[in-house]
Amino acid sequence: MYDFTYHRPTSLANAVKTLGKAEDGKFVAGGMTLIPTLKFRLAQPTDLIDLGAIAELKGIKKEKGALVIGAMTTHAEVAASSEVASAMPALATLADSIGDAQVRNRGTLGGSIANADPAADYPAAVVGLGATVHTNKRKIAADDFFKAMFETALKDDEVVTAVSFPIPKRAGYAKFANPASRYAIVGVMVSQGDGGLRVAVTGAGASVFRVTEMEQALSSKFAPDAIEGISVPADGLNSDLHATAEYRAHLVTVMAKRAVAAAG
Amino acid sequence: MSVTVSMTLNGNAVSADVEPRTLLVHLLRDHFRLTGTHVGCDTSQCGACVVHVNGQSVKSCTMLAAQADGAEVTTIESLAENGTLHPMQEAFREHHGLQCGFCTPGMVMSALDLVSRNPDPSEEQIREWLDGNICRCTGYHNIVKAIKAGAQAMRG
Repeated sequence: MYDFTYHRPTSLANAVKTLGKAEDGKFVAGGMTLIPTLKFRLAQPTDLIDLGAIAELKGIKKEKGALVIGAMTTHAEVAASSEVASAMPALATLADSIGDAQVRNRGTLGGSIANADPAADYPAAVVGLGATVHTNKRKIAADDFFKAMFETALKDDEVVTAVSFPIPKRAGYAKFANPASRYAIVGVMVSQGDGGLRVAVTGAGASVFRVTEMEQALSSKFAPDAIEGISVPADGLNSDLHATAEYRAHLVTVMAKRAVAAAG
Repeated sequence: MSVTVSMTLNGNAVSADVEPRTLLVHLLRDHFRLTGTHVGCDTSQCGACVVHVNGQSVKSCTMLAAQADGAEVTTIESLAENGTLHPMQEAFREHHGLQCGFCTPGMVMSALDLVSRNPDPSEEQIREWLDGNICRCTGYHNIVKAIKAGAQAMRG
């Protein structure tokens, strides 16, 4: 790992100020992707600004029909939260399926979505549940947040502070996990609520995407067989040693059906 | 520029000046000479480096020492008391839950995190939990048996 200057601010304002002063600073949340990246010398920030000591970024609270989850809340905390379990068990299932126990103890919601790994689970939750991403500057609708592979709408000096998930009438998540890493080869979040019906797919493409044809079919009939005959084109989907684009396209329908069944 | 890291390590207040890029596992092994925590893969996969930070299992090769400032850190060295093995360690011995032993400290520390959340885990739950711990001798069968017995011994 290249050397860097380490900062551990205790307020968000100080974190942003420290980044502004740094030549090429980077925020670190749980570090589950960034620390391995630094070890491989694939990144060389001059300054690392740790968000781990900022209390205002942690915690889960219920607010007006939504769960607001602080950006530095770990996957293990989301998976074990009784509030998440009662309001949207699909989100607890998703958080509990990320990586391994030690990754879930350190990895965070904010870090995961800011990184926007194409195979990460949380993008499916944010888009599939129609969440709103809160930052230190503004609120960003889920559909506008993820731009491309490892690319989001966040500006350089912008930090995710929380994500607000509207409580759905029902929701389900199903994924075909890479057996070694537990990353999603294909993961699908399906939800039905005040904002309508959503089907969001992670792992299959460069970035999370919705399947409108499935959303329409499920709006008229919320059952796995309603989307039996609907498939996404394999063109442009990810293809690697784990799964070809054609196989991923096939898995999208299979996982979407399982997600609908899980939503009940 | 170095940073000062202060922590409670196995119950004792300690402090060290380290380079910011120092990993927690290197602070434990190289500075404090607690070599029971192993570096296996160095890529967050194998779990030989698992220690507890504030009561939760983490991979100490994927955490900066500086991030443990102010934390309570517990390693495998803290478990045995006056030469008597911890019930989980004893269960690994009794059930031959190790062959070469390289993964064992991480397995034991990971198992203790599981038992703290679920005092009576099923075989399936143990296997699921051990996702982040790899045994290069592939001795999983006895490791799972050992954890089940260790959990039972801890329940008393």
